[in-house]
Amino acid sequence: MKFLKNMMQTELAPHDPGMSRRSFLKVTGGATAGLVVGFTLPVSGANAAQGDGTFNPFVRIAPDGTVTVLNKHLDMGQGNMTGLLSLVAEELDADWGQMKGEFAPSDPKKYANLSWGVQGTGGSSAIPNSFIQYREAGAAAKAMLIAAAAQSWKVKASEITVENGVIAHPSGKKAGFGDFAALASAETPPEKPQLKSPDQFNFIGKTGYGRVDTTSKSVGGTIYTQDIDRPGMLIAVVARPPKFGATVKSVDDKAAREMKGVKDVVRIPQGVAVLADNTWNAMQARSALEITWDETNAETRSTKDIAAHYRELSEKPGTVAVEGETDKAFEKAKTVVEATYEFPYLAHAPMEPMNAVAELKPGQSLEIWTGSQLQTLDHNIASKIAELPMEKVKIHTLYAGGSFGRRANPTSDFINEAVHIAKAIGGRQPVKLVWSREDDIKGGYYRPLYVHKVRAGLNDAGEIVAWHHRIVGQSIVKGTPFEGGLVKNGIDHTSVEGASHLPYDVGAHQLELHTTDVGVPVLWWRSVGSTHTAYAVETMMDRLAKSSGQDPVEFRLKHMTSSPREMGVLKLAAEKAGWGAKKLPDGVHRGVAVHKSFGTYVAQIADVHVRDDGTVKVERVTCAVDLGVAVNPDQIAAQMEGGIGYGLGAILRNRIDIENGEVQQSQFYDYEPLRMSDMPFVETHIVPSTEAPTGAGEPGTPPIGPAVANAILWGTGKTIDALPFSRHGLT
Amino acid sequence: MTIQVTINGEARTLDASPDMPLLWALRDELKMTGTKFGCGVGLCGACTVHLNGSAVRSCQTYVGDVEGAEITTIEAVDTREAVALRTAWAELDVPQCGYCQSGQIMQAADLLKATPKPTDADIDAAMDGNVCRCATYHRIRAGIHRAAEILEA
Ligand code: FES
Ligand code: FES
Repeated sequence: MKFLKNMMQTELAPHDPGMSRRSFLKVTGGATAGLVVGFTLPVSGANAAQGDGTFNPFVRIAPDGTVTVLNKHLDMGQGNMTGLLSLVAEELDADWGQMKGEFAPSDPKKYANLSWGVQGTGGSSAIPNSFIQYREAGAAAKAMLIAAAAQSWKVKASEITVENGVIAHPSGKKAGFGDFAALASAETPPEKPQLKSPDQFNFIGKTGYGRVDTTSKSVGGTIYTQDIDRPGMLIAVVARPPKFGATVKSVDDKAAREMKGVKDVVRIPQGVAVLADNTWNAMQARSALEITWDETNAETRSTKDIAAHYRELSEKPGTVAVEGETDKAFEKAKTVVEATYEFPYLAHAPMEPMNAVAELKPGQSLEIWTGSQLQTLDHNIASKIAELPMEKVKIHTLYAGGSFGRRANPTSDFINEAVHIAKAIGGRQPVKLVWSREDDIKGGYYRPLYVHKVRAGLNDAGEIVAWHHRIVGQSIVKGTPFEGGLVKNGIDHTSVEGASHLPYDVGAHQLELHTTDVGVPVLWWRSVGSTHTAYAVETMMDRLAKSSGQDPVEFRLKHMTSSPREMGVLKLAAEKAGWGAKKLPDGVHRGVAVHKSFGTYVAQIADVHVRDDGTVKVERVTCAVDLGVAVNPDQIAAQMEGGIGYGLGAILRNRIDIENGEVQQSQFYDYEPLRMSDMPFVETHIVPSTEAPTGAGEPGTPPIGPAVANAILWGTGKTIDALPFSRHGLT
Repeated sequence: MTIQVTINGEARTLDASPDMPLLWALRDELKMTGTKFGCGVGLCGACTVHLNGSAVRSCQTYVGDVEGAEITTIEAVDTREAVALRTAWAELDVPQCGYCQSGQIMQAADLLKATPKPTDADIDAAMDGNVCRCATYHRIRAGIHRAAEILEA
């Protein structure tokens, strides 16, 4: 995904007097140009090894042999800390027990996401963009260790072997990495570190070494933003307007100020912040604020009106994203199937609500602790608000309790607020901004509401000859720093991805888009455009198959002549599930869906039990995935399981409704997450591949909704056009 | 108001208002951050601790109600069940983001104590109040079954 390449061209002009916009562009542009290949590290430049155990920006080795890997990404659960460590361990031939992870500081010169040119995590890119880079970092360190050992042992480097963290020579000499760390880190790094061939891999593609964070996460030991405590720190909660776009007109904070533990009440652009000595007191006092809101610029429409308007638009021509002679083609069609789909706004609702700690010394420095997903943007925004050059601002990235996209947003809202609050109190004390669950559900940055209208036609032979698809909804990037990179000719790529390139031969294909303006803040949500496009495309496929009496797997395969990898996952899933062969228990029906997102191909077959009362339980999902080289098969399976669960919860019962501008849901009782009893048994199968790796974090999500809907269609004849399923009494 | 409690085997004094949820007393006053805040209203289980040996939601348990009680948190829980669960969690790499896992383990330990060999239905019933937004449910279930096996051996 090109995603952020153009970020720096707009708001991202750095707030850094010492670094011109031009040089910033050059630096980030350079990193972009270096892209996925090559050791694009300044290893021999300013950061040349100093003999202190620092081998390069990614690898440090301590005298006790501990190898610390600096993770340029955010680990919000997807496991990239383990992934990046394993890439370094692989080439270093380290022992897994000596590996340790640390989040890298914010520095796009060293730590850019190579597919974007700036530092950040998303688009399932952590492993793919780091695959060569982190291996080269490990390989370089290993070569330096060998060179140092050869010198001090006075032997040939070529005779030295490294295995499981032990450097050895046939003469019997042996040493650990720590013994040579200082010496080796002063060596000149090799220009082109030698990488292993796949037959030499000990980690890549293997299982049997665990996640690096499992133990600490099982004893409550992992430190998240919510757990940060700084000397004298105050807790801040913010009263935000009940309607998006409203501002504070006046506030009566008298009662709040008199409440226990309250230290201050300040106004910030986003609302009114209460600062107290602990979280409970801050939350209590917030409810005592009396605020009058100015709603002049607020969005005051209701989702039902917005949806009705979108439905009208879906009947009218939009901006053409893909052009095809569909009118003519439909004339030749024998059967035409048509559907208008509606997808609700969705909150991400990560388990850890938004939060950030800011410690400001006005005019001097700012330190931030948070699960930063877009360090470069977060860094810029924080610097601007604090009126400090970027080098005076430090971001400490921490493990995040989920995100699903929420922590990467164009205003860095949670960091933005924290810095504003710190500034409003003159940096008197460190501040921890805490969002409650209600703040999170009501706080915006939703997956947009979309309406799709799809018409498709079959000829006499049951082949698709025409496919007309219209999408109506907000753009998630319009008016943001990401717009430049993602909107082309009026088409926001993220609104149509998953519908613009179909894996099927559909004859004439036309895709149109209406981009709407609504004052509800919207954002990517695990798997972005595919959260809705996959549902529309894949349920339409089954409606076509059913209307012509064709088996949905066969029907797909016959239209997939130019999509070998989609075909591969579909065949694998069908084979493993025993499609067509296995007798299913009474009341259990099967549905299939296949979808590619972020370069990863996934097919899922859902076994859905439709109970006598009409409610559904997804019993089992057979998932097949092709993501090139499978770096960590067990964690790929974990991401498929999690992606399926995340998608399923939303499809079953999640929706954000707005009435006269006010969000109606607020908690886990009306935005009910998937729970244990809803979770299917999931079995994941990986297609063996030597292609470059793609990501696993998002692609598991898109197929589950349509797979379940298709099972219901075949089992009951019911079509579900408006999500979630709870609208239709199915949950 | 001061309250005397035993937390993780140590006598502690809580100096907090009686209506403050135990969750915030643990986290903000005692700086024990293993117990997590997820919803604050009893709907997610992230804040689960053991009160006199049984799992409770610390966001729905008030400081004023715990005088003389014995409280165990994720940092110190070392019952047979908790130890077996941690072994199973490591074998299966259950956690993803991990934020819910303190609560999952505290709740699962309570389940295994009462029901050493739980069925899938027992697991559904006991664990449905513990949300995992990363949807690690599949592995939590497998982890509980595995821990039951370890306990039996
Ligand atoms: S925080 Fe206590 S149940 Fe959610
Ligand atoms: S592991 Fe992330 S919420 Fe459970």
